[in-house]
Amino acid sequence: MSTSAATGLITRPLAAIGRPVLQGLASVGRMVLFTLSVVSHLVRPPFYLREFAHAIMTIGWYSLPVVGLTALFTGGALALQIYDGSSRFSAEAAVPSIVAIGMARELGPVLGGLMVAARVASSIAAEIGTMKVTEQIDALVTLSTNPIKYLAVPRVLAATLTVPVLVAVGDSIGIMGGWLVGVNRLDFNSAAYLKNTVDFLEAADVASGIAKGAVFGFLVALMGCYYGMTSGRGAQGVGKATKLAVVASSVLILGANYLLTEVFFSG
Amino acid sequence: MIELRNVHKAFGDTPVLRGVTFVVPKGESMVVIGGSGTGKSVTLKCILGLVEPDSGEILVGGQPIRRGDRDAFLARFGMLFQGAALFDSLTVWQNVAFRLLRGRQKRPRAEAREIAIEKLRRVGLKAETADLYPAELSGGMQKRVGLARAIAADPEVIFFDEPTTGLDPIMAGVINDLIREIVVEMGATAITITHDMTSVRAIADDVAMLHDGVIQWTGPVSEMDGCSDPYVQQFIHGRAEGPIEAVR
Repeated sequence: MSTSAATGLITRPLAAIGRPVLQGLASVGRMVLFTLSVVSHLVRPPFYLREFAHAIMTIGWYSLPVVGLTALFTGGALALQIYDGSSRFSAEAAVPSIVAIGMARELGPVLGGLMVAARVASSIAAEIGTMKVTEQIDALVTLSTNPIKYLAVPRVLAATLTVPVLVAVGDSIGIMGGWLVGVNRLDFNSAAYLKNTVDFLEAADVASGIAKGAVFGFLVALMGCYYGMTSGRGAQGVGKATKLAVVASSVLILGANYLLTEVFFSG
Repeated sequence: MIELRNVHKAFGDTPVLRGVTFVVPKGESMVVIGGSGTGKSVTLKCILGLVEPDSGEILVGGQPIRRGDRDAFLARFGMLFQGAALFDSLTVWQNVAFRLLRGRQKRPRAEAREIAIEKLRRVGLKAETADLYPAELSGGMQKRVGLARAIAADPEVIFFDEPTTGLDPIMAGVINDLIREIVVEMGATAITITHDMTSVRAIADDVAMLHDGVIQWTGPVSEMDGCSDPYVQQFIHGRAEGPIEAVR
């Protein structure tokens, strides 16, 4: 075997590892720069209030049904599961408090965030990706309008403000789902169920979930905008951008949820 | 007015512009011709600063494009995109008046709408189209709306990117005539990129032939047919044989 062939045998696998690592690092770098750019534009005029109001409606208001239904069924299923588990050591009375705490701390923000990721990150990425492919983003620039300011900032701000509200509404509906199942299926007394919920649920449980909602909303809109603006050409490029936006925002939500839970509750 | 000096641009390992040099005097209409993928659109995007050249110099009104206030620089330009690039979420009049509804050229909404309707009339569209969405218009109407948007703020320089692509010959003729009339009427400097020879003859004062990343020939449109440049002759007569390879 010649020296160059032997060298190739060693360098080729290294290059095969190095290339995706470098691409991955470059991608993270681009994402960080994009995030910094969005954050810096959040506080600098001009502000596009009409676009912001439109984003509030499309991201917040129109996500309400899907988040509400998700919370309702999750709360109900949670009550059934906790009843089944707790009855093994005669602790059925814990069902209302565990449903409330579980919804407020974890399931409300995480499932709400994931549903918003599926609905909003995909639509933002598809919309902005199509705008890029059809040169609408170039047209914005030629019309003296910064695309980050006009497209990304209103969406990111709207999601950061509305997802916590969605989480709060989802928490309430989820607790109501648990109450409905508890009273109708598990023979709880309605007043006792509600009293138990109110007595054990603390403000910090709700506040932590709402804070998580703000972070998840920021991440969802950011990923939608980033992948839309970096979309490849044609239908395939937009499809890939949409998929990546949903995958990235879902993974980031779950990762951020763990970190935030550590911050809020590990002490 | 617009001057490109030895502009180079590559995407990855693929060079697109290999030293583009040309001058467009104030008030003149220059048409850049060349086959698909020869860098015509990249040239326009370099002038607008949408794409940054790797080397070379671009001057607009004697000033390098990267200096000074970017918004003020862009306010001097209007552009008609190949696919019109109208904003789907806005109505026709909001598209036309986009620049007049925000930023430094912002005007009261009613006044902006009035100007938009006047510009729509200028490109042959009725006031009733103002409240439609771009998806409700035909390709020719979308191009006219794109043209109305390009001229809405009375720019000094207008770019037309393949203005007749995808249109039937009659509509293409209408758009060509409109472009010529508007450029003359406004006294604007215009650069059009196209491979439609009918457009070239209707719109151009001067023609530049871009091939292989460089300007192969440039001169007045009246000299185009008689010039001896083999690239120009092959291109304007649509011959498969010649210095330009048919399969690129």
